[in-house]
Amino acid sequence: MNFQPDLAPPQLLAISALDFVWIVVGLLVMFTFLSVMVLVQVWLERKVLGRLQRRLGPTRTGPMGLMQPVADAVKLILKEDIIPAESEKAIFWIAPVIVVVSAFMIWVTIPGSPDAVIQNLESLGLFYIIAFAVVGILGLVLAGWGSANKYGTLGGLRAAAQLISYEIPVIMVVIAVAMLAQSMNMKEIVAQQSPYPYVLLQPLGLVVFFIAGLAEVGRTPFDIYLAESEIVGGPFVEYSGAHWSVFFLAEYLNTFAIAALTVLLFFGGWSGPFLSGNWDIIWFFAKVYAVILVIFWIRGTFPRLRIDQLMAFAWKVMVPLSFYTIVITGIYMFYNWPPWTLTLMSVAGLVVVAYIIYRRLTGPANRVAEIRARQEEQRTARQRGREAVAP
Amino acid sequence: MGELVSQETAGSVGDVPERGEPVEMLLNMGPQHPSTHGVFRLVLWVDGEKVIRAEPHIGYLHRGSEKLCEGEQYHQIITLFDRLDYVANFNNELVYCQAVEKLMGLVVPERAEYVRVILCELNRIASHLLFVATMGLDAGAMTPSMFCFRGRERVQTLFEAVSGARMMHNYFRIGGIKEDLPDNFEQLVADLLPLLREDVGESDRLLTFNEIFLARLKDVGVISTEDALDFGLTGPCLRACGIEYDVRKAEPYSIYDRFDFDIPVGLDGDCWDRHYVRVQEMYESLRIIEQALDQMPSGDVASSLGRRLIRPPEGEVYARAENPRGEIGVYLVSDGTDKPHRVKVRPPSFCNLSAIEHMLKDSWIADVVVILGSLDIVLGEVDR
Repeated sequence: MNFQPDLAPPQLLAISALDFVWIVVGLLVMFTFLSVMVLVQVWLERKVLGRLQRRLGPTRTGPMGLMQPVADAVKLILKEDIIPAESEKAIFWIAPVIVVVSAFMIWVTIPGSPDAVIQNLESLGLFYIIAFAVVGILGLVLAGWGSANKYGTLGGLRAAAQLISYEIPVIMVVIAVAMLAQSMNMKEIVAQQSPYPYVLLQPLGLVVFFIAGLAEVGRTPFDIYLAESEIVGGPFVEYSGAHWSVFFLAEYLNTFAIAALTVLLFFGGWSGPFLSGNWDIIWFFAKVYAVILVIFWIRGTFPRLRIDQLMAFAWKVMVPLSFYTIVITGIYMFYNWPPWTLTLMSVAGLVVVAYIIYRRLTGPANRVAEIRARQEEQRTARQRGREAVAP
Repeated sequence: MGELVSQETAGSVGDVPERGEPVEMLLNMGPQHPSTHGVFRLVLWVDGEKVIRAEPHIGYLHRGSEKLCEGEQYHQIITLFDRLDYVANFNNELVYCQAVEKLMGLVVPERAEYVRVILCELNRIASHLLFVATMGLDAGAMTPSMFCFRGRERVQTLFEAVSGARMMHNYFRIGGIKEDLPDNFEQLVADLLPLLREDVGESDRLLTFNEIFLARLKDVGVISTEDALDFGLTGPCLRACGIEYDVRKAEPYSIYDRFDFDIPVGLDGDCWDRHYVRVQEMYESLRIIEQALDQMPSGDVASSLGRRLIRPPEGEVYARAENPRGEIGVYLVSDGTDKPHRVKVRPPSFCNLSAIEHMLKDSWIADVVVILGSLDIVLGEVDR
């Protein structure tokens, strides 16, 4: 067991000047790289959603509309940055910064391949990621409050309630994964998945993590604190220009991070056939973009939940399931059972959830059958009446 | 309805609650809000996410249409009716033309009646497709709207081929329709029908039984049958409560008694039922159009009046018809001149909207847009 985190890891405190330069250079590279990734993601989302909706998506800016995100970015930066007169100026200014900095900081320790990482925190990796994921909430609440707008305030409070609720299942499932891997080190977790990725051992964990992750980053069907049609963008309602674009930079970074974490924790990270050495980063990105495409697909399909349904889903479904995940992982590890037993227990949990959803679906369908039957009855009654009158 | 926009209630908007009272936040939804379907304003008193009380304010799109009618000749009024319910133009034109025809005792050419029914039913489908699109958007789903707009675009392309305009057609005439019906009208409609059936089915399959969509709409905005009748709801909003009332069946106008179709009804009177009734109505409209195409006679479509100035006899008349949104009524008083003395419209959206205060009580903020969307109001008709 390697669960005692060093509270003062040497690599964080005792750094030489050379290390410092490397870290700064690394951060700059990371910043540039992630910004490009966000642009790619924006383009991909617009294209994929367009195709899902039988549109073309952007076509005019560059080949296949590739320059569309660049054009968007330029437009947003050149736009006037309006700060409402009633707002708390300092809070209004700092909120987007908090959101985007926390979104970037997560990436410090997410490895793309064994070497493609800024600073692999040996025993703290997962802990650090989870910790910084929570900081972004603060920025959203501040943004909602600072803009002195009622829609913004509602959105900020919704964000706080939603993100804190869904943080619990995420953390629980991450703990289960850490138990399986016996480590919080991202590289070690990936290395542990070499024969079987954890999706085979813990399919339930994957489902819980992915759904809760969607809620964490506020993607459809959990985009409740943004809710364009209800609270008109929530915390972002008063933001414009560069400030607004910073929020969306953070949103896409977070989506990217959730996809990357899903891949690292459940799909074996960069491991895959045919590629070796540092080329295996291609596997990592292929898997990440596959997950991102699923996220876009969900966005194109589902409506949005209501806030009470969202909270009920978190506390009545996701939290118990995440605890169940931990319990079965513990049983599996304590008794040293063969791996397929864990798969079996995990699938059993999934089946129970599927059955509950099926039950909820059949309710209204039965109701429709009832309506149809009644109409049919009335129609035959009318028919009989007509026949009675006819002769 | 007068008290909805009275000054006393408007004045209490800025009141500060006394110390010790539960804190209510006043949320002003509209007139600029993406989900109020036009310039409609809702003042909501909310406690957290719960709506305690709602107060609708209308009149932002008031253009004095009824008064304008008094200054126009009978033929010129058709274009004003286009602009009442601007999503279902043909249906509006039809009810006005029928009112004048009733007053003058005119007989409409057989073929013109069929063309009118086909165009009106196509317009009903287009209007309901728009409803499904906005319902999806209100609930947060963006894809159904794209699918629905494709179907609606097809209908509008046909309208353009027929009347020259995608909206605001000004195509029906008193005693017939405009004389320039395309020669291949039947072929155009026959070609459109299978495509349209596919479009309707596509959005239906994507949205109607979606788990989250059901969760958002089922048992939301429930209105009891008694309340629905008391508020004077008509159209799909009433039928969702389980009452089989449709002017096309109850008091058949035009040639609707020649077609075999059903009246879809709901059971619970909630938002989902209002949605589903409309979806089923689209299929029924397709059935009507198919039958109309089969029965369609050849002949003249133009009115026997030609382009003459008309002076209906002195008197008054009330005509009603089933619009996509409910029962529309036109009360017309003629003083024997070339202009009507008074034209009063009973718009379905206005009467349906009157129930919103009742329906919004104790709902969630997120439900507000869904409930408003399920009533399917068109502000041009509400404010007139």
